[in-house]
Amino acid sequence: MLRYAVKRVLQLIPILIGVSMLVFLIMQLTPGDPAKLILGPRASQATLEAYRRELGLHLPIWQQYLNWIGNVMRGDLGNSLHFKKPVTDLIMERLAATLILSIASMILATVFGVITGVISATKQYSLADRIMMTLSLIGFCLPVFWFGLLLQFIFSIRLGWFPASGINAPGVSGWQDTAWHLVLPSIALAVGAMATIARMTRSSMLEVIRQDYIRTARAKGVSWRNISYNHALRNALIPVVTVVGSQFGYLLSGQILLEVVFNWPGLGQLMVNGILYRDFPLVQGTVLIVAAMYVVVNLIVDLLYGLLDPRIKYEDS
Amino acid sequence: MPLPEVDNPRHLAPIQSPDAVTYTDPADEIESRSLWQDAFKRLLRDKLAVISAIILIAVIGVAILAPVIAPYAPNEMDLSNRLQPIGTPGHLLGTDQAGRDILSRLIWGGRISVAIGVGAVAAALVFGVLIGLFAGFYKGPIDTLTNFGLNILMAFPYILLAISIITALGPGLTNAMIAIAIVGIPYYARIVRGSVLSLREQEFVQAEIALGASNARIIFKHILPNVLSPIIVAATLDVGWMIVMASGLSFLGLGAQPPTAEWGLMLSEGQKYIRNAPYVSLLPGLMIFIVVLALNFLGDGLRDALDPKLKQ
Repeated sequence: MLRYAVKRVLQLIPILIGVSMLVFLIMQLTPGDPAKLILGPRASQATLEAYRRELGLHLPIWQQYLNWIGNVMRGDLGNSLHFKKPVTDLIMERLAATLILSIASMILATVFGVITGVISATKQYSLADRIMMTLSLIGFCLPVFWFGLLLQFIFSIRLGWFPASGINAPGVSGWQDTAWHLVLPSIALAVGAMATIARMTRSSMLEVIRQDYIRTARAKGVSWRNISYNHALRNALIPVVTVVGSQFGYLLSGQILLEVVFNWPGLGQLMVNGILYRDFPLVQGTVLIVAAMYVVVNLIVDLLYGLLDPRIKYEDS
Repeated sequence: MPLPEVDNPRHLAPIQSPDAVTYTDPADEIESRSLWQDAFKRLLRDKLAVISAIILIAVIGVAILAPVIAPYAPNEMDLSNRLQPIGTPGHLLGTDQAGRDILSRLIWGGRISVAIGVGAVAAALVFGVLIGLFAGFYKGPIDTLTNFGLNILMAFPYILLAISIITALGPGLTNAMIAIAIVGIPYYARIVRGSVLSLREQEFVQAEIALGASNARIIFKHILPNVLSPIIVAATLDVGWMIVMASGLSFLGLGAQPPTAEWGLMLSEGQKYIRNAPYVSLLPGLMIFIVVLALNFLGDGLRDALDPKLKQ
């Protein structure tokens, strides 16, 4: 297992370097002179030139990249042009809000997705199965920003059950208030992933249920409930883990949109503001951090997969 | 005479009685029906797929005929008639914050959304298929390098990559389309590359190589047709995602710019009026949802029709 883990971590390094290079190159293509953007249109040519030298913009591009990545390694993502603050500070202020929303949605999606999938599989072709699978297809197709808006309209504006936006009511703090604000955005975000996880669990369960060891268990008189939850589910969940990992990417994408709908103070909103203000160090920093988060989550999922499925270990060592 | 359902109808030929062959050779009859005709017949049996196809044809038809069908021009403002409710005489689906007819804007918006969805998929498809074909066929360093590039693109959550590209290109509808097309390329390249890697080892390709056929001929004449069916299903499903992604970008202010009648932008602009006039933002979203749902049902139907073995 250790060899497998080390191998996977080593494979991650070139990907992370590639991701950082791509982010850097894209931002280099952004039109406009960064020195001019920072100093304003009235700065003299000499001042601009001096500032460019200070920022290292006169250096060849590969050297600029090395300087930048060196700073990133030290936790310095540059300064935001709009907020006039270090990008790292801005990200740290908002990282918690993003993590709370994505983790809450992931838990919702996994728990309800697996339950729905198991019920569907154990009652294959029943009315419940058909309804759940149709609902999951509908959930899969819901545009997340529209569904968020719909939930906001029904449960907040019309019924007044939940707050419409933000992470806390003005002047209120504490986890209960945050949890209350979390309900609608996390449901809106979870539905798509929940649908995919439900479908994956169902097909994986159906495959496992047909295997010989399940038949043996039945022949020995083990109850169907016991077989479903103790024998079949444990093995059926192995491929589901991979889907959960890939859904994290969709969650991060959906989150960028939902943070705008629910005025959720996370990284997505920060990034969108960065683009609208043409604040490229901010965009560069947030994109890099979110992409790195995604890559690392995928690594964790891969390692989990290796832990859960012993066959993987043997193949690779 | 309809043929019984079997995986490969050609298997029927040897067990036909000799008497039957004297009248018409069933093998000939079978020969005249291509894979696509068979698939189309199977598709017609899938009710959900047929209904979805009808909905999509209607949406596309209405979008094409927008100048004739739409009661008003998309940007025709009437400030004395702002935020009129659904069912207002002369404005079937009401008016928006600038007094523009919502129905007309939805019809015109369909044009943009469908064009963006199809355009982005077509661009992603062409580049993705070409990259996949060459990487899979030539293998070696070309493949390793391509695969590394694809892995990097796929290491980004999809909308994040689109957002980064738009940062460089600047917000706008065309740039949004380019961005989402680039995001789509790795998926097609991956599918095609995988298929080509196994196809190039098969006898019919090896025979062509032995016969001295040019690489271009082998790739485009022999390999390409064999990788198309999984790609067609992926592309159908993808048009829906591209529409969602494009409208998502417009919703964020990075795609279509005001006053364009685009579903995502309409939703975003109407969001401010959700308390008093929810239909202004909810209706465009409903359109996106219906189109994506229909595309998914059709995509599922197509997959089953093209490869009935999968439908278990």
